[in-house]
Amino acid sequence: MALLSVNDRTLDVDAAPDTPLLWVLRDHLSMTGTKYGCGQALCGACTVHVDGVATRSCVLPLRALAGRRVTTIEGLSPERSHAVQRAWIELDVPQCGYCQSGQIMSAAALLAGKPNPSDAEIDAAMAGNICRCGTYPRIRKAIHRASELLSRERES
Amino acid sequence: MDGVADAQRRHFCLRTARLGGALVLAMTVPAIGAAAPRQRPAARRAELNAWLVIGTDDSITVLVDRSEMGQGVYTALPMLLAEELEIDLTAIEILAAPVGDAYVNAANGGQITGTSNSVTDAWDRLRTAGAQARSMLIAAAAAKWRMPAEQCRARRGRIENARGQTLRYGQLAEAAARIPVPKQVPLKPRSAFTLIGTSQPRLDTPGKVNGSAQFGMDLQLPGMLYAAIALSPVLGGRALAVEPGAAAAMPGVRRVLETPHGVVVVADHFWQAVKARDALAIRWDPGPNAQLDNAAIWALLDRAAAANPGLSAKHSGDVSEALRSAHRRFSAVYRLPMLAHATMEPMNCTADVKGGRCDLYVGTQVQQLAQAAAAQAADLAPARVDVHTTLLGGGFGRRLEVDFIPAAVAASKALAAPVKLIWTREDDMTHDPYRPPAREEIRAGLGADGSLLAWQLHVTSPSITARFDPTNKDPFDSVIEYVQNYPYAVPNFGLTYTRQEIGIDVGYLRSVSHAPNCFAVESSMDELAAAAGKDPLDFRLGLLQAKPRQARVIRLAAQRAGWRRTAPGRHLGIAFMEGYTSVIAQVAEVSVSGAQLELHKITCVVDCGQMVNPRIVESQIASGIVFGLSAALWGEVTIRAGRVRETNFNTYRMLRADEMPDIDVLLLPSDATPGGIGELAVGPVAPAICNALFAATGRRFRSLPLAAQGITLA
Repeated sequence: MALLSVNDRTLDVDAAPDTPLLWVLRDHLSMTGTKYGCGQALCGACTVHVDGVATRSCVLPLRALAGRRVTTIEGLSPERSHAVQRAWIELDVPQCGYCQSGQIMSAAALLAGKPNPSDAEIDAAMAGNICRCGTYPRIRKAIHRASELLSRERES
Repeated sequence: MDGVADAQRRHFCLRTARLGGALVLAMTVPAIGAAAPRQRPAARRAELNAWLVIGTDDSITVLVDRSEMGQGVYTALPMLLAEELEIDLTAIEILAAPVGDAYVNAANGGQITGTSNSVTDAWDRLRTAGAQARSMLIAAAAAKWRMPAEQCRARRGRIENARGQTLRYGQLAEAAARIPVPKQVPLKPRSAFTLIGTSQPRLDTPGKVNGSAQFGMDLQLPGMLYAAIALSPVLGGRALAVEPGAAAAMPGVRRVLETPHGVVVVADHFWQAVKARDALAIRWDPGPNAQLDNAAIWALLDRAAAANPGLSAKHSGDVSEALRSAHRRFSAVYRLPMLAHATMEPMNCTADVKGGRCDLYVGTQVQQLAQAAAAQAADLAPARVDVHTTLLGGGFGRRLEVDFIPAAVAASKALAAPVKLIWTREDDMTHDPYRPPAREEIRAGLGADGSLLAWQLHVTSPSITARFDPTNKDPFDSVIEYVQNYPYAVPNFGLTYTRQEIGIDVGYLRSVSHAPNCFAVESSMDELAAAAGKDPLDFRLGLLQAKPRQARVIRLAAQRAGWRRTAPGRHLGIAFMEGYTSVIAQVAEVSVSGAQLELHKITCVVDCGQMVNPRIVESQIASGIVFGLSAALWGEVTIRAGRVRETNFNTYRMLRADEMPDIDVLLLPSDATPGGIGELAVGPVAPAICNALFAATGRRFRSLPLAAQGITLA
């Protein structure tokens, strides 16, 4: 049994210590918003935040999470209110949508550290998230839009 | 009574009646979000037709019969219905339609999402269904008010009359459902469209930004077990002996099950199933492909092409004679490699066999075929299998196949529990019905003045359709796309096909033969322009005098891309394609430094008929371009000793955010019947880039991917 902090709740998890966080979330905690795409940290679909840092959950074993705080797509905001989510909706970013949880978590982490990223900074931060549908142009626009929304929030 | 529509409605009603009336709406897999349709026990529901259910609580449920894999059908199809029904899109709930005759796409031969024709196919049918339902609601209101129907009109979910009275659809639905479906209903003229042609927000976006959208991989049922599968490492092999050994005793493992499709390990959780699967000792019979490799495959195709001029699909004039007397002869062989589908969501399926029935939860493009595969695996009549279509994490034609379904069903039946069987990325990438390799041999002849006298293409490749649909006796099915509509004026034309199987299954992959044929056609046209001493744009336009629609997109693309006005060090290449009743032209802008390719921009002009949702169209065009880019740059499946070398995204490379060129898409307005767009943009990308590379370096690329020929992306 292990205690895991996910989305500000402490949960008891009955999983082997080497179980990747991805499968703990999906299978043990029924939080299926975080996706399996490759299992080798190559595609970014499994991206969550661990202590605020964008992390590939498919290669992070449960035993490495003692005392750390996990945020998943489900916990990013109440009611899709995070600026990234609002921008994603405004610009209709997703197509098939399977990679988008990971894209959003990577984008949110980027903006938390760099509220006003350049195109190059966006590219560098987002290069680990594959989109097979090719939504990259909209993702980049939406990150700029989210940055705008965040700066308005800060002003008011 | 309109017999057909009424029969469709009766059939649908009978289905839901058998399922318990409201069961369709209580399906555990809502189409677009995890929140189950709100329970409204007091509401009764009326089925106005196979796609529309209206509740007495004013709920409007639209059943969408095509699968959503990102191409936007869960928005575009309801838009067609909503336009005529006079409802707000935001007022509706979407459910995936069950298996049903009403949902067949006749052009595809079944309830199939593919061929980029969902909107084309639904254009009349769904608008008519909406108009019929509207007419029935008006008739019900008119009857209630005892006034002529002409004095009533539909607006935003209500019927109003001249006296200012209104009735909500929910108040009228049951009465409306009893009214005979009208045979003739006028459809709105284009000038009256309020939804069609507008970029309505996608209905599936909200669920896709907060993790609530349910893909097949996300299904959870009470008591569900998870399964992993050991597939033959050599394509086409089978398990001879399985030593469960330590695996059977590993934590959580419930069963090790041999099936015709592979060895299945069922466990409490997926991670446990995978670990146990990896611990199995299996002796495999490699089967007939143990010596298969890419060289052997090309040798097969080359020998077949040399031995066999091919079946003639189309010809005009006398190509042989024209070639004999041509001033200049041209010949080239273009080679297109096998490609993996590589959907972001690997293959998976959840099956629940119980009580003489099977519930199948799966991201599928083929509901009837999925039903049949499950029925066979469960030894049930197909009618006892309910297919619940989830969202698809990418389709690209991979989910036209049902190979990943039977093992899940067998496991569920054996364990008397729901089982979710997931293929790992490695399983998926190494066991894919790949896009077939294609050998495309062109011979052409030019006159002394550079005129095109003769052009012929001999395609040699395995046949997908021969395996996928043996009842289809058309030998050219899915192998001569685009080139069968070769647009350029030429007095002597030939198109032949030689079928050569290579020992492994090949499958339909986004654009099917459009992309390989477009590469051959558009590369050859570029080579012929050079041989004729003409500009590639002028050469093409000179041969399109009788094809104004085609010429227009080429001209506009060239103009927009700055043809003949490029900055120093930048080079352009152009390619055109016609397919899915749409036309498209692309111009690639590149720079080259040694073997390093810098991709600046892809300019694209599209004429696809009436657009239902322009933003969705633009997204799909950009999507197809990115798909084509990955293929052109790196796409190749390498088989060695019958095993696929590419196993994950490190060895099968995908274009990433920091590698994107600019993409500029111009969509031309049109009144014509909607054409297809989901696959349209894939084909021209590679030839446009290779033609630009020629302009930059003088070097021709007659095969793909570019990486295999030393070209790297800057």
